[in-house]
Amino acid sequence: MNLREYFAFLMVMAGVTFLLRAVPFVLLKGKLSNPFVKSFLAYIPCTVLAAMTVPAIFYSTDSMLSGVLALVTAVVASLFRFGLVGVALVACCTVLFIDGLWPMFF
Amino acid sequence: MFLKGVKDGLPIGIGYFAVSFSFGIAGSKFMSWFLVTFISMTNLTSAGQFAGLNIMVDAAGTFLEMAIATFFINLRYSLMAITLSQKVSSDFTTPYRLLLATGITDEIFAVSMSQQNRVTPRYFFGLMVLPYIGWSLGTLTGAVSGEILPSWITNALGVALYGMFVAIVVPPCKKHLSTLIVVLVAIALSLAFKYVPVLQGVSYGFSIIICAVVASLFGAMFFPVKESDDEP
Repeated sequence: MNLREYFAFLMVMAGVTFLLRAVPFVLLKGKLSNPFVKSFLAYIPCTVLAAMTVPAIFYSTDSMLSGVLALVTAVVASLFRFGLVGVALVACCTVLFIDGLWPMFF
Repeated sequence: MFLKGVKDGLPIGIGYFAVSFSFGIAGSKFMSWFLVTFISMTNLTSAGQFAGLNIMVDAAGTFLEMAIATFFINLRYSLMAITLSQKVSSDFTTPYRLLLATGITDEIFAVSMSQQNRVTPRYFFGLMVLPYIGWSLGTLTGAVSGEILPSWITNALGVALYGMFVAIVVPPCKKHLSTLIVVLVAIALSLAFKYVPVLQGVSYGFSIIICAVVASLFGAMFFPVKESDDEP
């Protein structure tokens, strides 16, 4: 990717995002009442994040084992309500242990 | 009013710093710290930016794919903008709305809606200042760290963003069985796009769009969200 492509992609991404926020903010004064549309939009954040995480996390580190275990420990930490940064740290430590420390000693 | 906004925005700003630090680390694998930071400064979205980054660096990524992916991932901001436009004061005129629309994020929206009074432009601007700075500065710090830290550390930090995604998705799944099922549908589709030979040709952006849209349509059809429920 060269610099020209970067700026072209950036303009598309930033432009669409801005229009999505600004157009309804300026023009729409009514209330959205369609339950189907509301439900669809309510589910979007979770489904996007889930699809982006699995299986990409398996390939995001030096070994697949650390990626898989990072997902497992992150899910467990989330169930115990570790919070955003806490869960991220647990996942990082898992990878640090599997890819960093484990090969050093075993 | 401006200062009250700044004060209310502080915790959001700190949280954003941590998330965007991970985004900076992820981006530093592909481009210089300046270009990564500029994405954060012009977008102020989390999932949308990350998908966008991946489409950008994907050799098969196209502008149409970028536009459609950004549209669906960030469509929820339109819903927030509609709701917020009924909560703002009468002096929140069109020029202000155009200038401050970028501040409509999940967290800033939630804090604005929790106010007892109408939201004025001054308050909203104050509210978005620290999150914007935190988001940009966090990306910058992450991107620079990604360039200078040794690889065994950046390897570990690379999962931080995914860890945060997990931390966002799991709690609502624990609370609502319906959300868990919808999320599992999205994951099953995502796995299919990765491992089923016929589907492997679908590019990154389109596979995310299809997974999210199909799973969310499924959810809206079989498990409509009730008015009083928290957002899943």
